[in-house]
This record gives sequence, C-alpha cells and structure tokens, in this order.
Amino acid sequence: MPIPLIFEQNNPAIHCSHIPKSDIPDDVQGLPDDLRRQELDLPQVAEPEVMRHFVNLSTMNHHVDKGFYPLGSCTMKYNPKVNENISALPGFAGLHPYQPASTIQGALKMMLSLEEWLCEITGLPAVTLQPAAGSHGELTGMFLTQAYHLANGEHRKKVLIPDSSHGTNPASIVMAGFEPVHIPSNERGRIDIAALQNALKPDVAALMVTNPSTLGLFEDQIDEVAEAVHSIGALLYMDGANMNALMGLARPGDMGFDIVHLNLHKTFSTPHGGGGPGSGPVAVIAELEKFLPIPRIKVDGVENPDWDWDRPDSIGRVQSFFGNFSILVRAAAYIRSLGGEGFKNVSETAILNANYIRTRLMDIYKLPYNDLCMHEVVFSADNQSNDGLKAVNIAKRLLDFGIHAPTINFPLIVHEALMIEPTETETLGTLDNFIEVMRRIDQEVNETPEMLKNAPLKTPVFRLDEVMAARKLDVKYEG
Amino acid sequence: MNIPSDLHYTKDHEWVKGEGEEATVGITDWAQGELGDIVYLELPEVGKIVISGKPFGTIEAVKAASEIFAPVAGEIVAVNGMLEDSPELINKSPYDDGWIIKIHLSDPEEIDTLLSADDYGKLIEV
Repeated sequence: MPIPLIFEQNNPAIHCSHIPKSDIPDDVQGLPDDLRRQELDLPQVAEPEVMRHFVNLSTMNHHVDKGFYPLGSCTMKYNPKVNENISALPGFAGLHPYQPASTIQGALKMMLSLEEWLCEITGLPAVTLQPAAGSHGELTGMFLTQAYHLANGEHRKKVLIPDSSHGTNPASIVMAGFEPVHIPSNERGRIDIAALQNALKPDVAALMVTNPSTLGLFEDQIDEVAEAVHSIGALLYMDGANMNALMGLARPGDMGFDIVHLNLHKTFSTPHGGGGPGSGPVAVIAELEKFLPIPRIKVDGVENPDWDWDRPDSIGRVQSFFGNFSILVRAAAYIRSLGGEGFKNVSETAILNANYIRTRLMDIYKLPYNDLCMHEVVFSADNQSNDGLKAVNIAKRLLDFGIHAPTINFPLIVHEALMIEPTETETLGTLDNFIEVMRRIDQEVNETPEMLKNAPLKTPVFRLDEVMAARKLDVKYEG
Repeated sequence: MNIPSDLHYTKDHEWVKGEGEEATVGITDWAQGELGDIVYLELPEVGKIVISGKPFGTIEAVKAASEIFAPVAGEIVAVNGMLEDSPELINKSPYDDGWIIKIHLSDPEEIDTLLSADDYGKLIEV
C-alpha cells in the first residue's frame, strides 16, 4: 500500500513553523547572482503530519530495532543505544574538524585509546582509524602493501585471493593497481595449500584472506599459509569482516597477519545498512607503521596529543579530516562497556548461536561444508528446488515473517547459498522462531511452490521487479 | 536442458558455432538459467583480439556478475548490438538471438579441441 510522498502532501495553506523575517535586506549590493539563493521548492506540511509521515515510513522498512536480521557477513547485531548517548555528548558532537588540537584534547585521547584497544584486539602494534568502510580499509591495505614493496625496490604485480573471498577483495586489488589471482578451496572449504604454493611466485605482493572465511569456517592451517606467504617476501592481509568470531579468542597478529582491517560498523556495533556511515580501521605490523595515512596522532607526550603531519613515508590521506569521528566514539563506547571478558563472551555467543541454527536445520537444508562453524553458517537451497524454486524464494518468504533475508548466492562456491549470521545479540527465543519459520518454508516448498514464487505477500510492497529495477533504475521524484 | 548437437562447448559454459574461418560465441542455456535474469553486458569493440580462456566481457545478472571467456583465439568481427538494449535476449534465446560475438579465428581447427554436446551434457549433470 503506497503512501503519498512528502512532496505530494504539500498544502500551501499550511505553515509548519513561523520563522522570523530575515533582518538582512534582500537587495544587498554587489552579491553575485550565483550566490543568491533561489526559493527552495519545499513542501508545506504540518509538523504532526511530517512526524507521522517519517515514523510510518520507518515501520515499513526492516531494521534491526524492528526484527531479526541474519544477513550473513554483515554482522547486523543490535546497536546499543548507550553508544548514541555517548556520541551525542556536546564535547564530541559539537567539535569542528578545523579546531586547533589544543582545544580537542579529549577527542584525541579518545582516538588514541581506541587505537590502543584495537591493537590489543588484533594483536598488532599500530592502527589507522581513517578508512570510512571495510572496502576502503582494503584499498588502504593494498596501498600499504604497494608502499612496502616499492620501499624495498620491488614492483610486485599480483595479489592472491581464495575463491570464497568477498567481492570487494578483487575490486580493491584492481583499484590499487594489482592483478587478482584466485586460489581454489579444498574439499574442507579451506585454502588449498598445494594450490597456494604453486601460485606463490616472486611477483606476488600479498595474499588476502578472510578468517573465518565467508563459509563461516576457521582457516585452521593459517600458520602454514602465513609461513608460505612470508617465505617469498609477500604480505598476509586479513579481511576482518568476520572478526565477530574471534574477539578475545584469537588475534590476527598472532596468526601471522601483517595487515588487518576491522569493520567498526559490524563487529563494534555501530549502525549500518542504511543506518549510518561505516568505519574500517586498518591495523599493521611495526614495519608498516611508517606508511600509515596522515595525519597520525603523536603518541609521545600523551598528556598533550597532537596531529602528526610530518611522515615522509606515509601513503598520504585516504579520507577527509580524520575518519568518521562520531562512529569512532560509538565503537569506543561499545568497547568500554563490554571490556575484555565481555568481548570474549560476544564471540563465543556468536559462534554458539550460528552452530545452534546449523545443527537444528541441517536435517532439511543441505550443508555443503559440514563442519563446526564460526559466527555464520552457509546452507545451500538445493534440497528446496521443487518446481524451479531457488534460494531467492526462501529469502523473500522470510520477509513475510518479519525476518530479514539472509545473504544469498554468496559465497560463489556454494550453489544457491543461504548465508546466515545470527550474531550474539539474539535470544534463544528469536533463534527458535527463525528455525521454526525456516522449517515451515521448507514444507511450503513442496506444498505451495506457486505462493513462494510470489512471496513476499504481507510486506508493504510485494515482490519487486528486480530486473526492471536494475535495467531502468528510477529513483527521481518529478512532481 | 537444451544443448544443440551441432555446437561446441567450454567448461565455462560458452558455446561456439564454427562457419569456415568465423565462429559465433554465446553462453549456454544452462548458464543463462543459473545466472537468472541478465541486466547488463560489458562487451569489447570490433577489432579486439581475444585469447583462448581469457575473459573478453562481463555479464551481469540480478544474482551475480560473471566473466565471459573466449573459447577460441582470434579477432572480434561482430558484436551483437541488440544486447545493449535487450540483454534478456540471452535468457530468451541463448543459441540464436542471444549470440554475443563473432570471431575471425586464428586457427579454425581450434574449435575441434572444445567439448562436444555430449561431453558438455555430462559436465553439467555433475
């Protein structure tokens, strides 16, 4: 049931607020025409109607405050509201990025503390908070890789990735000027060590690994992988999108990773998925510290921290100002509120929840890599192929039960993949309800396949024409 | 599953139809079914040299994006212009209206090294 756009509710007779008449004369002399504001074509709507309009819109959308959101590899955990309160404190929210460092000492100390905590969690000695997304962290990591090899007088051309990698990995590799090379997975869903060794030629700059992988499996031969990669002088990069499985349990630095990006908007509970900007800090080994983006925060004399721009080996700026600052505040608040034991508990519960779903659904949904999983589980919808049905039909039907669809058709090495990540913030009741719904949809596959082809049937808008949406995207209002 | 017996195939799910020194290339009925509705193609220009087994274009479906590999080596002599506005032709008619490129073959005998319809049928059964 479509509701009118705010522009369509325009009623010139209604005034939302009474703004005092401007005391600046309209006929200022010498002001160029292109600096004069034209009257904006804003709709006139009563304040209560504006409020109702947007509250109604928010209920039509799916979000983690409204329902379960088991979107694999996205870690859609609940975003604690205390983080919002902390980031809204005037001392944080009222800052201007051009303020002198002497007037933002608290903010700089917060950033230093966050750097220190992220170093402890990753087991690496230095971190930049600047990248504004996971993919941006990857790109930064690839620039660091390039700077490292160039400083050694080497032009290495290739970066290896497993065939289960996130699509952003090859994209970041290409954007940084490298060539991606795929490494096949073995029958256990792990990196094929023999294939890796074959691919490790002298022109390989790095191997990018997601650990746990996108299959939700821990790379249990990571020591061997690290040794092989380092033996030819290449770097080992960790895509930290799945860090929610490791916190307080294992550290990338101890596994031999040289560079790791984190997703504060996944693992560290800051809002995402339309809810807020991302943040993808990058942690590195000591040898790479000098290449990190400028500005760094000077650590000598922690009593009066200051920006450090004088870093001749730096790859330069990767982001305007100093990263998505208010997101950093939220992540710092999250870390402070949980503490070390709390973090361990986060990862243990995330793993437990995923394995609970795995064991309760594996009798009906095919599990191509049947192994103890980490924070997410990847099924295939091959058992649910009656009448041409596919993973997408199961995903769409879940929406009718107030549950967000899992990630589907990824990783690419699983046919008709359903990638489910419950996260640690969900109760046993929520998980049981999800399992019950998944079992019911499996019955519907055989009983009412036609209905599944048209699902969802209860959402504010029904089955969308994704093909037309992709071919003829139309998002512009023309009133 | 439609696998015309007069065509040759690759393990990457392209088909090739040889006509003397020229060959027409497309993707198989099975491949279009797996990809689902195709929304966009990124194709090379006429005159480009393609190398066997190397990607020459990208095919984007609602479900996933995938590379299209050259089954045989040669120079591109025609690109199916209809696909720009109607990529769905590949879904509707993968072996006829949905052809993708025509290649002037470096070695006309290379086609014989590709999979037969029978072999390809066995490949996708697995």
